[in-house]
Amino acid sequence: MRIGVVTFPGSLDDGDARRAVEVAGGESVALWHGDHDLRGVDAVVLPGGFSYGDYLRCGAIARFAPVMDELVDAARGGLPVLGICNGFQVLCESHLLSGALIRNAGRRFVCRDQILRIENADTAWTSSYAAAQHLTIPLKNGEGGYVADEATLDRLEGEGRVVARYLGGNPNGSLRDIAGICNERGNVVGLMPHPEHAVEALTGPGTDGLGFFASVLSPVPATR
Amino acid sequence: MARVVIDVMLKSEILDPQGKAVHGALDRLGYAGVVDVRQGKRFEIELDGVLDDARLADIHRLAESLLSNPVIEDYRVHVETVHVEDGVDV
Repeated sequence: MRIGVVTFPGSLDDGDARRAVEVAGGESVALWHGDHDLRGVDAVVLPGGFSYGDYLRCGAIARFAPVMDELVDAARGGLPVLGICNGFQVLCESHLLSGALIRNAGRRFVCRDQILRIENADTAWTSSYAAAQHLTIPLKNGEGGYVADEATLDRLEGEGRVVARYLGGNPNGSLRDIAGICNERGNVVGLMPHPEHAVEALTGPGTDGLGFFASVLSPVPATR
Repeated sequence: MARVVIDVMLKSEILDPQGKAVHGALDRLGYAGVVDVRQGKRFEIELDGVLDDARLADIHRLAESLLSNPVIEDYRVHVETVHVEDGVDV
């Protein structure tokens, strides 16, 4: 299975994301922001970093990169897409996911190993986890506060579209401790913490992040 | 020539940590009586030619899609300077 990882100007974690794909047993494919081409991949990761220097708003300029035309169409058609950190911001700016991410409530960049609870283990990217499973993976963001209006939050909760929640303290002021959400179909997932930094015992807090990549590589038939 | 100014502000219900930091600094400087500070963005767009309704509608589309995120921000467009060209008041 071939998983594409998009590199935007200012992406930082594209290399780690490609490596995570390989560690999980997939074939990683480098995708370029300036190409109108997904190279026939079976899934796409939008990696973390500071695309376009985070100018204007995080992810706001990356949303209009040439590759996003193809990606938005493919995602609406069911292609599994995982946006990590800046990738999550790009997915929100692209309206593939609801809500937005704003500056951390504590006004500080936060970098730490973060405990999460998987709330939805039926998405394309979380099916190898169990519901309510706890993970520890790195979190590093300055603008990771998830916000949406009350009606949107209620709808996300009601439809089981909160994918992961922060445990052990909310690091960035995200409403309802939301760390990750998905679209209605469950093929598009946005996550603020970084599973790609927790796929090998040598580096990072463990291998809890591997499941995101393993999930998409071994799809279960019943993703909504 | 016309200059169109777009002001973008976080919606009132959205937390503005930058504004809070500035507010804190004002307090530390001893500037009394400040109840709240909100920080926003201002875009000044210089246009050549005539600013007609169609171009102004384009500016609104730009403001909605790129310059602001309607989920968290409101924008306001105003035309700052309009010169007379070809004897026609544009």
